Order: sequence, then C-alpha cells, then structure tokens
Amino acid sequence: MSQHKLKAARPLSPHLQIYSPMLTMMMSIMNRLTGVGLYFGILIFTWWLMAAASGPAYFDWVNSLLDTMLGKLVLLLATWGFFHHMFGGIRHFIWDFAKGFNLATVETMARIGVVAPIMITGVLWYLLCS
Amino acid sequence: MSYRTPLSNVKGLGTANEGSEHFWRQRVTGLANLLLSVFLVYAAFHLVGQDLTTVKAFFQNPLHFVLSTAFVMSATYHMRLGMQVVIEDYVHNEGSKIGLVILNTFYTAFVALAGVYSLLKLSFGA
Repeated sequence: MSQHKLKAARPLSPHLQIYSPMLTMMMSIMNRLTGVGLYFGILIFTWWLMAAASGPAYFDWVNSLLDTMLGKLVLLLATWGFFHHMFGGIRHFIWDFAKGFNLATVETMARIGVVAPIMITGVLWYLLCS
Repeated sequence: MSYRTPLSNVKGLGTANEGSEHFWRQRVTGLANLLLSVFLVYAAFHLVGQDLTTVKAFFQNPLHFVLSTAFVMSATYHMRLGMQVVIEDYVHNEGSKIGLVILNTFYTAFVALAGVYSLLKLSFGA
C-alpha cells in the first residue's frame, strides 16, 4: 500500500504547542528521555565488562578513564537516569492496576518521581565513595 | 473526499491476537529489571574501584553470575521494546522505520551478547 493512502485528510488538533508545561507532562517526557539515555548509557557498563574480560592492562586503563571527572560525571548521570526511569516505571505499574488516577495522587507520585531518584543517587554515591 | 481511514475499513474484522504482547513483555522485563536492581546496588558495593582479581572472584560466584546475566538479558530486551516504540512514534517514513527497527534489534543483540560473553569468560575464569 502506498504511503499517502494511509492518511485521511483530517484536521489535526494543535497539541504540544498549546499546553503550558506541567510536572506530569515533563515526567512523561523525562521517562522517555532517560530510557533513551540508558539505551546508549548501557554501553559504558558493557564496555567495562568487556574490559574486565579482556585482561588486567585494558581493565586498568578503562577504570582510570572512568575515574576522571568526566567519567564520574557520566556515571553519576547514568545512575540518576536509571533511578528516574525506575520510578517512572513504578508509577506505570501502579496505573496498570487501575490505581492512582486521582489527580492529587498523580501529582504526588510525580513529585516523588523527581525527588526520590536524586536522593537515592546522592546516598548511593556518598556510600560508594566513602 | 473520503474521511474513512484504512483502519476503519478493517475494524471489526478481528485481531491478530498479539496486540498486547509487546506491552506485556515491556512490563515483565521492567519488573525483572526492578527486582534485579537490588542485586545491581549490591554488586556496585563489591565492584566499584576493585582490581580484576576481585572482579573475577565476584562473578565466579554462581548466584552473582546468574543474576548479572539475567539483568543483561532482561535490560537489553526491555531496551529493544522501548526503542521500537520511540522509533514507531517519531519515524513516519516506512523504509526508514523498518530500517531503524532492524538496527535496534542488531544493536540490542550486540549489547546482550557482549555482556553475556564477558560474564561467561569472567565466571569461568579464563
């Protein structure tokens, strides 16, 4: 079937451009962004595993790169992205059970989704570095 | 001008009975990732800043190997499903879409194989 026949000539509603940004909307966008980030970020984790499987010299070199300021910054961002995406996923699990659609609950869950990943990342890094 | 879409022409003709499979697998792999994240945090405390001998010893523990491998497999499958939805949402040219969805499968399969191979090698202690 040719491409143009798939689309009926209907007017489109102006969607994204007429809404002012809301927390729940930003959290939805962030869930997708962190997902895409982790999709590529897992390469660091895989690279580290392959380095370990390659031998001590290469492993030490990769570890020294990850130990630089830039390396740590990327790993910190990946840790935060992981927990942010996880909390986004937990909210979706709750919605999957047809629970938590009350607007106040949705708003509270969104706020938890912002704060908790930052706190967990901070505590985890503090414990790992000390 | 007809306002009927191709979708409305086939509505009511029955389903292919696999519509929810993608959604369901996204949830199951997501749940697996959630549970395995506890192990990931545990692993981070044993592996961060350690030398290769310690890292090898960690993965030579059968339970550590099994849980790490489970995470690599579940995470890459979850990635494949998620990125496919992103591609289908934003790429509307049929050729590019199919090409990118295939590339997505190749990329995630590579990450999965690279991870599993490395874990096997570390675990068997070569």
